[in-house]
Amino acid sequence: MPEVKVVNVVKKYGKLYALDHVSLTIHDQEYFSLLGPSGCGKTTLLRLIAGLIDPDGGEIYIGNRRVDKDPPEDRDIGFVFQTFALFPHMTAWSNVLYGPKVKNYDAKQAETIGHEVLELVKLNERLNAYPSELSGGMMQRIAVARALAAGAKTLLLDEPLGQLDAKVRNDIRYEIRRMAKDLKLTAIHVTHDQAEAMSISDRIAVMKKGKIIQIGTPKELYMHPNSLFVAFFIGESNLVEGYITALEGKTASIELRQGLKINAINERDIKLNERVVLAIRPETCEMKSGHIKVENGLQGKIEKTTFEGTVVRYEVRLINGDRFVISRPSLAEEWVSVGQDVTITYPIEKAHLFPYPENGLSDEISV
Amino acid sequence: MLSKASNTLNRLSSKKPLKYTLYLSAVIIFFALILIPPIIGILTKVGSLERIADNPELMNTALGAIGASFIIGLVVAALDLLAGVPLAWLITRGKSRWLTVLDTLADLPFVVPTAALGYSLLLFWSSSGGISDLFGQPFISPGWLLVMVLHFTFSFPVVVRVVVGAMLDYKMEYERASRTLGAPPLTASRTVTFPIIKPSLIAAYTLAFARSLSETGATFIVAAGVFLNGPVFMQTVSNQFKSGTITQGTYEGATVFASLILIVASLIIFVLIRVVGQRLKLPFGHGLPTFEKKISYKTGAWTRNSIALAVFLFIVLIPSMFVALPAFQAIATGNTLVEAFTGAGIWASFWQSLTLSYGLAAVVTVLGIALGLPMAILISRKTFGKWLSTILDTLINIPIIVPSIALGVSLKFFWSNVSGVPEFLLLVFAHLAITYPYFVRSMSAAMERINVDMEEAAKTLGAKPLTVFRTIVWPITKYSILSGAIIVLTRSVSETGATLAVATKLQTAPVLIVNWVNSVRGTIAPIEGVTPLTVGLACGLLILFSFLVLLVLRLLTRKEKL
Repeated sequence: MPEVKVVNVVKKYGKLYALDHVSLTIHDQEYFSLLGPSGCGKTTLLRLIAGLIDPDGGEIYIGNRRVDKDPPEDRDIGFVFQTFALFPHMTAWSNVLYGPKVKNYDAKQAETIGHEVLELVKLNERLNAYPSELSGGMMQRIAVARALAAGAKTLLLDEPLGQLDAKVRNDIRYEIRRMAKDLKLTAIHVTHDQAEAMSISDRIAVMKKGKIIQIGTPKELYMHPNSLFVAFFIGESNLVEGYITALEGKTASIELRQGLKINAINERDIKLNERVVLAIRPETCEMKSGHIKVENGLQGKIEKTTFEGTVVRYEVRLINGDRFVISRPSLAEEWVSVGQDVTITYPIEKAHLFPYPENGLSDEISV
Repeated sequence: MLSKASNTLNRLSSKKPLKYTLYLSAVIIFFALILIPPIIGILTKVGSLERIADNPELMNTALGAIGASFIIGLVVAALDLLAGVPLAWLITRGKSRWLTVLDTLADLPFVVPTAALGYSLLLFWSSSGGISDLFGQPFISPGWLLVMVLHFTFSFPVVVRVVVGAMLDYKMEYERASRTLGAPPLTASRTVTFPIIKPSLIAAYTLAFARSLSETGATFIVAAGVFLNGPVFMQTVSNQFKSGTITQGTYEGATVFASLILIVASLIIFVLIRVVGQRLKLPFGHGLPTFEKKISYKTGAWTRNSIALAVFLFIVLIPSMFVALPAFQAIATGNTLVEAFTGAGIWASFWQSLTLSYGLAAVVTVLGIALGLPMAILISRKTFGKWLSTILDTLINIPIIVPSIALGVSLKFFWSNVSGVPEFLLLVFAHLAITYPYFVRSMSAAMERINVDMEEAAKTLGAKPLTVFRTIVWPITKYSILSGAIIVLTRSVSETGATLAVATKLQTAPVLIVNWVNSVRGTIAPIEGVTPLTVGLACGLLILFSFLVLLVLRLLTRKEKL
C-alpha cells in the first residue's frame, strides 16, 4: 500500500493562496488527518491528492508514481465525500458495485467484492433502498463501502462524519479507522473537529491559511505545540501575556499585568525583557480556596461555573483583571462556588512559553 | 394616499377568502379561456368528419402528412439532443472566456422569427447566392430534407438552453465521485450525469419535438408545395378553400380530421416519451468503459467539441443569419430602404403587420403575466393540495403539446359560434393559449427554487402576504418573471400556425413574410411590388426589431437586478 508524498504544492484562486508551497509525507498504512479551521486549505489539499482539482505548482506522488497530471480515475484512490455523493438514481447495492463495474470486472467478481465490503462495513440490510431512503449512518457506510469496493489503496475522507449526529459520529469514526487498518490502507482524513482527529489519527497535520503549521502525533501536538496557534487550536489554552524579567538557566520569570509574577520554562530561548505569551491548559491546573501566596500562584475570584459532565469548568477573574479558565474533574472534588476567592497553580513543565506574535495575538490565534 | 392604498392592499392580502378567490379565478380563467374552448371547438365540428370519409384520397394525403410531421419531429428532436448536449457540455464545462459569447450566440436563433428563419435557410441551402453556389445547383432542394434542416435549426437552441440549465443545476460532486471510483469522464457522464439529468433531457426532447410539430410558417416556406406535413397540409387545405378549389365541408372535414389526429397522436406520443424515457436505463456495458477511456481525453474531447461547434456554426447560426445578406443588398440597392422607412407601396402593410405583431405580443405578455402568476404560485406552493397542483401542472402542458395550428383551428371553431368577437381578440386568445404554459412553467420553476423558510421568516417578522411577495419573492424571481415574459413575447411574435388559422383579415408580420416569400417563389398569386430584395429587407427588419426588443428587455432586467 502506498506512501503519499506532497512536494511544494501550490494552489491559487486569483491572488489568494489556497495552498502555499505545502510539503508533507504520509506513510504507508498510516491514518493521517488534515486538521484546521474552515478555509485553511485542508479540503483543497485532499482534492489535489485525489486529482479533483489541478495544482498550480509542485508534485504529488502516490506510491512511487508521480500522479499530479493523472486523472482521478487513474490514482487508485477512494474518496468519501462530506455529502456522501451517493448516486441518487442507483440503489445502495448498485452504488457499491459501481467501481468494480466501471473497472470492467465481470458481474460475479463485482458481486463478490460487494458482499465483502458490505460485511466489512457491517451493513447487510436495505441494500435495495435508494440513498434518499437511507439514514445518515447507512449512507455513510455505503459511501465507505463504495470507495473500498473500487479497490482503493488510498482512502481519502473529506469531513466524512460532518453530516452525522454526535452519537453516530462517535461510533463510526472508530469503525472507519478499524477498516482502514484491517485493509492496510493509507487513509487521509480531513476534519475541523480536533477531538475527532485526536481520537483516530496516527499523525495529524494542523493547517492554517494554506500552510501546514505542525505535523505530529496527537500526543506531540497536545504536549508540545510548536506555535500559539496549535496550542490554542488543539485542546484549550489560557493565553497569559507578560514580559520576561529574569532568566535563570531554562527558567524564565514573567511579570504579568499589575506586577503579578510567575515562572515558565523557556524552551525557545526567548531573550530578557521580550514580550511573551504563556499557554496554560485548563485541565493541568490545580485550585485552592482563598488567596494564598505560593510560587506560580494566580489569585482570583470565581465568576462562573459550568457543569460539563465529566468536568466542571470555572471561569476566574484574576486579580490583575485577566480572565482564566480551569477545569476540574466533577466527581473527584467538591465544587467551588461563584464569588469565592481562589488561587490557581500550574505545573511549569506543562505550560508553553512563546514570543509575542509580530501580528498580534488575536491574528495569530484567529481561525 | 399611496401608502394608505398600499396598507389597504396589504391588509386585504392577508384575508384568506380574497386570496383563494384570486387563485380560483386564475384556475377558472385557465379552463374558460385556454383549455376548454379548443376542446369544445373541435367537438362541435366532429360531424364534418363524414365529408373526409367520402374522400379517401384526401384522407390518405392527410394521414401521410401527419405521419411525416411525427417522423420529422421525433428524428429532429433526437438529432437536437445528439448535437445539443455536446454544445451544452462545452458551454458549461469549458474554461475559455469565449464560451459566454458562445452561450449568447446559441440564443440568437431564438429571436429570429421562424418565418424569417425559413426564408434565411431557403436562401442559404437552396438558392443561388447561398452555399449552393459552391455546387452549381441547390445543395438542399426545398422538400422534406430542408424541412428537417429547418426544424433542427429552430429547435436546437431550445435543447441547448434546457440542457445548459440542467447542467448548471447539476451537483458536480456525483461526477467527481464517479471519477474517483475509476470511471473515465465519458463513462462518468453516461452512467451518472445523464441519468441524473434525464428529466431535463426528456424535457428538452419533448420541447424540441413540440416545436417541430407546431411550426407552420417557415415549414410552409421551405416545403414549397413539394412536401406536406400536418400543419402544411392544413394550411394548404385552408388556401384551397379560400381560392374556392374545395368546399367548406371538405375544408372543415379535412381540418378537423387532421387536427384530431394531430392532437390525439401528440398526446399519446408525449405520454409514451415520458413513460419510456423514465424507464430508459443506459447500460453499463461490459468493456464500454475501456473504449470510453480512449476517447475521453484530449484528442477525443477536442474532436467532440470541434464537431459540436461546427454543427452549431454551419447548420444553425450561419444559415439563421444568412438573411442579413439580402437585407444589406436591399439597403445598398436604389431606394428600397427609403421606401421601406417611408412606408411607400407594399411597405405600408409591412409596418401595419409589424405594429400588429408587437401590439398583440405586448397584450398577450401582460395578460400572460397577470393570469399566469397566480397559477404559478398555486402550482409551486401547492396551495390547493398536492394532487390538484399535479393535475394543474399536467393540464397547463397540453397547449405546448398540441400543434399550434390545430389549437388555432379548434379555437376558431369555438369562437365562430360566439358572435361579435373581434378578430384581434381571437388572436389574443390563440396566442395566449400557446404562450401561457411557457410563462407558468418558467415562473413555477423559479418559485420552487425559493426556500420557503425565507417567506416564513418574513411572515414571522410581521410582513403581510403582499409585502412578502413585494420584498422577498419579487426581488428573487424578477429575473425569471422577465425571462418568462421574453419567452412569451418572442413566441407570440414568431407564431404563424395559429395566427393563420384564426385570422382572416388581420395579418401579423410572420404571416406577411410567409405570403411575400410564397409570392416571390410563385407558390401563390404574385403580390405586386414584392421582390426578393423586399423580402430580404422585411426579414432583416423583423429580426432587427426582435433583437432590439430583446436587448431592451435584457437591459431592463439587468438594471432591475442591480
